[in-house]
Amino acid sequence: MSEPVEGITDVTVSDMAGAKPRRRLGGGWGKRLVIGVPFLWLLLFFLIPFGIVFLVSLGSPQFSVPPYSAAFEFDGWWPRFVGSLGNYVFLTEDDLYWRAYLGSVKIAAGATFLCLLVAWPMAWMIARAEPARRNLLLMLVILPFWTSSLLRIYALMGMLRQGGIINSVLIWAGVIDQPIQMMQTDFAVYLTIVFTYLPLMVLPLYSTLEKLDGALLEASADLGASKFATFCTVTLPLSAPGIVAGCLLVFIPAVGEFVIPDLMGAQDSPMIGNVLWGEFTRNRDWPVASAVAIAMLALLVIPFMLLRSSPALREEA
Amino acid sequence: MLKTKLTATTALAALALTVPAALMAQDRVLNIYNWSDYIAEDTIAKFEEEFDVTVNYDVYDGNEVLEARLFAGNTGFDIVVPTSDFLRRQVLAGIYQPLDYSKLPNAENMDPDLMAAAAVYDADNAHSVIYMWGTTGIGYNTAMIEERLGADAPTDSWDMVFDPEVISQLADCGVTMLDAPTEMLPAAMNYLGLDPRSTDTDDLEAGAELLASIRPYVRYFHSSQYISDLANGDVCLSVGWSGDVFQALYRAEEAENGVEIAYVIPSEGALQWFDMMAIPADAPNPDLAHEFINFVMRPDITADITNYVWYANGNAASLELVDPEITGDPGIFPTEAAKDRLWASEVYDARTDRTINRLWTTVKTGE
Repeated sequence: MSEPVEGITDVTVSDMAGAKPRRRLGGGWGKRLVIGVPFLWLLLFFLIPFGIVFLVSLGSPQFSVPPYSAAFEFDGWWPRFVGSLGNYVFLTEDDLYWRAYLGSVKIAAGATFLCLLVAWPMAWMIARAEPARRNLLLMLVILPFWTSSLLRIYALMGMLRQGGIINSVLIWAGVIDQPIQMMQTDFAVYLTIVFTYLPLMVLPLYSTLEKLDGALLEASADLGASKFATFCTVTLPLSAPGIVAGCLLVFIPAVGEFVIPDLMGAQDSPMIGNVLWGEFTRNRDWPVASAVAIAMLALLVIPFMLLRSSPALREEA
Repeated sequence: MLKTKLTATTALAALALTVPAALMAQDRVLNIYNWSDYIAEDTIAKFEEEFDVTVNYDVYDGNEVLEARLFAGNTGFDIVVPTSDFLRRQVLAGIYQPLDYSKLPNAENMDPDLMAAAAVYDADNAHSVIYMWGTTGIGYNTAMIEERLGADAPTDSWDMVFDPEVISQLADCGVTMLDAPTEMLPAAMNYLGLDPRSTDTDDLEAGAELLASIRPYVRYFHSSQYISDLANGDVCLSVGWSGDVFQALYRAEEAENGVEIAYVIPSEGALQWFDMMAIPADAPNPDLAHEFINFVMRPDITADITNYVWYANGNAASLELVDPEITGDPGIFPTEAAKDRLWASEVYDARTDRTINRLWTTVKTGE
């Protein structure tokens, strides 16, 4: 992430320089401020809470406020570690956690792929549209995002349920004579995730495709490539950064998705978000819940860090 | 226990540690945290007027949300209304302050039998009094059931749910269950002739096995979705909370969609639960909280609430002011014979809780 941020900063600073005297005044200071604010934000709202959750995961549950024992005891000023990694060991003893994690990854990966299939043509159409219509089309993608996702999920329920809009219309048109069971199925879960996260996929794809130089496509055609070959060898590879960004934006929150499977699914496959909720509320075991959260984060972040450092992806990004 | 609208908001609300209203509180401000849709429309206004106070009234839709906030501490609430088994655990964790009964003269209006039943969770009712109470029974669509099972369907029995022969005929019209392991497992154990309050692993496993055997016929497990699905005729049978099923019934009536819902406390018995008013130990204004509890225990006020929410109350003196349609409904105020077969939920230790929840996951996922 750091490279693009720096890139943006450079642009901003040099723009300011163009407008004149700032450059000399600001210099490194302005740059530091621009980087420092998000850094502080992450420190305050990500790193510190993460540290707290990690400490909780080392404790054990008890009847008190808060409902866990601390991982450290203090003899005067000197902290003494009294926690344990037992909660993490516990996670490996029951295959529920592993299965829930895999189940979540499977659903998130499937939904991300479907999202990509839907979003790529959309982004392409928007990027190729006339500039005047482009803003309108972008607006149409973003607009639903401004309504609460919960409301949109309930709207989908109204369409999918037994007596809902889709079934009523199909019955009225004589296509079916019995309502189709769509709610509480995997279909509903996938559909809702795709529907909910679509803008997160469309926007990065759009921004990549919009910058795509049309001359390259012409060159490809001039050199005798078919439309399909041009797509496979020119357009698609050039949109890779957008695909990677969009997939990450959709996949990561989808893995931890709790609301959609709970409301739309049949709860017949455990998802890590629901397991975590159960640990937290039903078992009242905040330490194990925290351990699940940390383990999930680690299992998600480590593969991506490895991916990021792999030279192949570097080149593309 | 009820009136859950969205489990989703549960998760969101648990995360949104809003600034406690008490930070802004002055002397005569009372902070109440109650179930959503669980009070008469004018109760708060009446209290504010009579006592010249301001009330901050906030709502939740699940015991889990309330409990997470209570365990995190510093809620700033003066009154909360947990369900009895949750209350039990919270009392043990020292979350509540003892009530000062000298400030609660209206406590004499309470039904001594019900208060004794509630005392199972809170010895001598030291920390809490009954707000409303209800049962976990069966709600069903009368026409759809008759169509599939005939006029002599065993609608007053748990056979409807636990007999594979019966429930398999209902799978096509939609059967739902509460996503509440500590209510569903005991119901299954009771059906098998076991003690619903047993904590014996063999008994719990037997209950889970019964539930697993009917799992293929259950469309989903959820604790609030069934309200609108019953009302819309999207499902035909739900194991649910009394007041919520009645809510479905009224919604269907209001929509005039021809759906008729009934609620029964099955003849084998059902779980009885109490929602209790209690004062957190760190309440900013405990004196005012006592005044509010005493106010609610006034017969006319309690009757107002029952007339609005259609839940039974524990206030004997209020009953003559309650709509006879409500007091006469055996699904809300069970007959003496049915009362004898109600059971109170067991409060499990952490290990048993974990066993039950793990069994429940197995039932739901079929693995």
